[in-house]
Amino acid sequence: MKVKMLSRNPDNYVRETKLDLQIVPRNYDPTLHPFEVPREYVRALNATKLERVFAKPFLASLDGHRDGVNCLAKHPKSLATVLSGACDGEVRIWNLTKRKCIRTIQAHEGFVRGICTRFCGTSFFTVGDDKTVKQWKMDGPGYGEEEEPLHTILGKTVYTGIDHHWKEAVFATCGQQVDIWDEQRTSPVCSMTWGLDSISSVKFNPIETFLLGSCASDRNIVLYDMRQATPLKKVILDMRTNTICWNPMEAFIFTAANEDYNLYTFDMRALDTPVMVHMDHVSAVLDVDYSPTGKEFVSASFDKSIRIFPLDKSRSREVYHTKRMQHVICVKWTSDSKYIMCGSDEMNIRLWKANASEKLGVLTSREKAANDYNQKLKEKFQHHPQIKRIARHRHLPKSIYSQIQEQRIMKEARRRKEVNRLKHSKPGSVSIVSEKKKHVVAVVK
Amino acid sequence: MNAAWAMESLLALSQQEELEDLPKDYPLSPSEDEGDVEERKHQKLLEAIHSLDGKNRWKLAERSEASLKVSEFNVTSEGSGEKLVLSDLLRPVKTSSSLAAVKKQLNRVKSKKTVELPLNKEEVEQIHREVAFNKTSQALSKWDPIVLKNRQGEQLIFPLKKEQSAFAPIEHVLSGWKARTPLEQEIFNLLHKNKQPVTDPLLTPVDKASLKAMSLEEAKMRRAELQRARALQSYYEARARREKKIKSKKYHTVLKKGKAKKALKEFEKLQKDNPTAALEELEKIEKARMMERMSLKHQNSGKWAKSKTIMAKYDLEARQAMQEQLARNKELTQKLQVASESEEEEGGVEEEGELLVPESMNEIQMNADGPNPWMLRNHSTSTKESEIQDPVQLPEPVVHKTSESEEEDRPEAEEEILLNEFEERQSLRKKSGPNQDTEPVGRQEPKDSSSQEVLSELRVLSQKLNKENQSGKQKLSSARTVRAVQRKDPTEEEEEPLLLQRPERAQTVKELEELGKEGSFQNKEVPRSVLERQKLERSTNNEPGAPKEKKKKEQMIDVQNLLTTKSPSVKSLAVPTTIEKLEDEEERDQKQMIKEAFAGDDVIRDFLKEKREAVEASKPKDVDLTLPGWGEWGGVGLKPSAKKRRWFLIKTPEGPPRKDKNLPNVIINEKRNVHPAAHQVRVLPYPFTYHQQFERTIQTPIGSTWNTQRAFQKLITRKVVTKPGHIIKPIKAEDVCYRSSSRSDLSVVQRNLKQLSIHHKKQRKKTLD
Repeated sequence: MKVKMLSRNPDNYVRETKLDLQIVPRNYDPTLHPFEVPREYVRALNATKLERVFAKPFLASLDGHRDGVNCLAKHPKSLATVLSGACDGEVRIWNLTKRKCIRTIQAHEGFVRGICTRFCGTSFFTVGDDKTVKQWKMDGPGYGEEEEPLHTILGKTVYTGIDHHWKEAVFATCGQQVDIWDEQRTSPVCSMTWGLDSISSVKFNPIETFLLGSCASDRNIVLYDMRQATPLKKVILDMRTNTICWNPMEAFIFTAANEDYNLYTFDMRALDTPVMVHMDHVSAVLDVDYSPTGKEFVSASFDKSIRIFPLDKSRSREVYHTKRMQHVICVKWTSDSKYIMCGSDEMNIRLWKANASEKLGVLTSREKAANDYNQKLKEKFQHHPQIKRIARHRHLPKSIYSQIQEQRIMKEARRRKEVNRLKHSKPGSVSIVSEKKKHVVAVVK
Repeated sequence: MNAAWAMESLLALSQQEELEDLPKDYPLSPSEDEGDVEERKHQKLLEAIHSLDGKNRWKLAERSEASLKVSEFNVTSEGSGEKLVLSDLLRPVKTSSSLAAVKKQLNRVKSKKTVELPLNKEEVEQIHREVAFNKTSQALSKWDPIVLKNRQGEQLIFPLKKEQSAFAPIEHVLSGWKARTPLEQEIFNLLHKNKQPVTDPLLTPVDKASLKAMSLEEAKMRRAELQRARALQSYYEARARREKKIKSKKYHTVLKKGKAKKALKEFEKLQKDNPTAALEELEKIEKARMMERMSLKHQNSGKWAKSKTIMAKYDLEARQAMQEQLARNKELTQKLQVASESEEEEGGVEEEGELLVPESMNEIQMNADGPNPWMLRNHSTSTKESEIQDPVQLPEPVVHKTSESEEEDRPEAEEEILLNEFEERQSLRKKSGPNQDTEPVGRQEPKDSSSQEVLSELRVLSQKLNKENQSGKQKLSSARTVRAVQRKDPTEEEEEPLLLQRPERAQTVKELEELGKEGSFQNKEVPRSVLERQKLERSTNNEPGAPKEKKKKEQMIDVQNLLTTKSPSVKSLAVPTTIEKLEDEEERDQKQMIKEAFAGDDVIRDFLKEKREAVEASKPKDVDLTLPGWGEWGGVGLKPSAKKRRWFLIKTPEGPPRKDKNLPNVIINEKRNVHPAAHQVRVLPYPFTYHQQFERTIQTPIGSTWNTQRAFQKLITRKVVTKPGHIIKPIKAEDVCYRSSSRSDLSVVQRNLKQLSIHHKKQRKKTLD
């Protein structure tokens, strides 16, 4: 007699390890799972709310400086190391994991105007108000040794900024003119000028490394080519540009932080119209830095807040502020694109998360999947009014809030006036200038 | 006048020349006399004539006063009033080429104007800048495709350049590792002794050497052979494993039988070839038999046998099993080795007996000449296997048999073919039908749920076949050895009835098919007709009341009626105005015309109909909770009583009056819910151009509730993936397969600077000059 039994392949229902999830056979018949859209909508709404609930971006404040922090620099090889220069000429090196200062140098008399690290991470350069450029070793001095710079270059004029080449032993300083230095020499290899005003910052292009951008106080941004030792082009904006930053993923894109509360993203091949005007700040933008992914950048403003802008959006996606944070002078996005550091007037360096509600630490694969799913849901339903409202909601300090209102009123008034002017003048005599073109005064060849 | 003047001058010239020539020719020898002089004169004349038309005719100075300086060549600058041109000086030696070049140069020098001033510094710089900018922007545009790709890409994974962990080859690892424990040492020793390769254990050094020694083709062949051998080996291993696992007793018995048969055959062969060895074999067999006799196997003493003896009283199968057992015992213990085969066959038949199959099925096997492996397998394997077996395989052995067997066997074979065909059809039908059980009685006949008759027919058929074959069968069962002799007789006997019955049988088979088809058809048809009838009934039941009313209503709101009669529903419409005007005959005609023109589309009636439908739809409906069969008899055709229906009909109260009750031209939708509007998107968001697009994106779910795991994973991929704790460096030309300029920026700077400085110096010099 034969006994018949049901036999199944154990692979279909037995877990390989105890930690695995139970395999649950599912029926994907859509009739069994009705109301897809409403259910997903609710999920999206919940995800958005939770995102706001968990949005706690502030991580740490590094205190130790005895004057306002004037400049910051990232270490090219170590994520945990940050350098900062203060207004009293002090340079500090910080360890982010320990959140402690690991070294203090009295580098200059007066402000430390600029600081940059060498691409290999073995040394760094500082410029100060005392007309010197100094090169320092990254490692501290041995026991009994004195803290001394490797090299000191005495210049004729004050240097206001410095940046190091991304591949070679070359650095550039700016002041009266843009100087390009060989590390081995005490005089600049070449110096380029165009106009007579003082240049506030100079930056090397990280991709096409022979390109430089600088901005001067006569409202212009000048691009230079180091190989041909000439300036390339100059664009004059409405107001002074404080700093520029090159996109690390797109060679021809840079963003300028302007005094007129806006940031302008330019394609350097077509300077007459910016690619995007980013506006949300309510005071002068002092510094800007790109995320290493090249998709976003962070800007520091005189209005005591920092904002994160997507590259292709004119409005910011995030604003960070604390009660104690004063005018933010410098800001940096860390090389792993996870954190943001900002140095401000009131002597502190603050560490923020780049994504406010992101969970720190290692995530399990299920957490990751849930995060991704929530992200997609938020993206899918982002146009729905409730979700949009919740996602956009931020608490702002009263000063910023009222200033935003004020700005809005002013802008609306200007727009209304423009429309009225257009309405009451002869057709064709008045044309509306787009927001992008409005701020560019001229392009000089 | 001109001519006269020319003549005069000519004359004068000739005279003058004569005068002049004299001193010139003086030194010449007088021997060069008149002829020569004449020639010269002639030339002079020609020259004079030439000079007549030319612009640069000499204006010969006339000496009017005495002068100290008399030009030797009769060339004076005074009095001519013309400037001396440099090239004129060279005229007499026109022909020489070297001087022509000088002339050209002179001309060029003359044609050049004054040298322009160099550009001022700003302009030069601007030109430099523009050139440099164009160059740079061209160089930058190589990034365009990459930037575009990164912007539009589904996913960007950072860091872009993957740091590949270097895999150390195993030799390196092993060389750094030493065997410490004795076991390890032993293993190493073994490995070294055998020259077992560490990395690639498939090929030993010997193999490698042989491979090296061989040519490429040979090596390939050898490798292929090796591969095949390996494959075969693994195949056999797998097969052996599989066979070992088979638990079926039947299978094993059959296997044993097969083995025994094989042994017997070999033994017979041996007998013929090598009698001494055969004797030995025989002894062995005898010994085995003795062992069997000694043992109590196949006796009635086993546990199973005892249980069977108890059951045998009641159960036919058990009895048969018992008998089989006994027969087996007898067979094993018998001394004769000649009749064993037939005995076995009998045993087989008896085995089959318990499966109450139509005998014709067994006949297939019985009639077979040699042991047919296919049929054997059919019998031996379980019913399940036989079901699975491909029906296409069946006819093959049959055909084979017919070719082998003699002519006499053909009728039987034909019957078999017929039967097989029938089986095939059955199995095919079984495949097509999803819900069909296998009949417990027949092994291969599936029971078609619709065709009981078919089965019964089949039984009849098999019985007939049995009758035909009975005579043959009896003889077959008695003894196989005599079979070849006896074979003729049954066939002769059979032939007559076979010939008679064959057409009939074919008919029956056909009938069977038809029956089957009809059955299925009927099955399909019957419900349809029933349905139709039911429908008809319903329609007869329901319709007569309702549609008539409807028709009435429609008639009431017919346009003609609208225009002519005053129906209460239309009173407040705009129509009454027309009604008032109806008195006028002309207008009436016009109306008529319009009506005729727009005969097809009746807007008013359509609207009214629409409104009526809307009103009907919005009216609350009564709920009928009657359950048929509760409290009374139920069944097909019975209906719950009117009283009960009335009892269970819940009437919903009338809602508030409609807002458009008094507005005849308006339909106000009262169903619309305002609450969800707060959650709905008002304006079509930016990247979408049609609301359908947007709706589609919203309607496709992402979650794992609606998607398979893989699709879900794909749907939720992030746009930017970063690794925690990894530094993301700026994109490099090498990362995206562009060759960056090999020269370093600084060297270029220095070189360019040199050039620039040289250039500037040159310019300065020029300006100074």
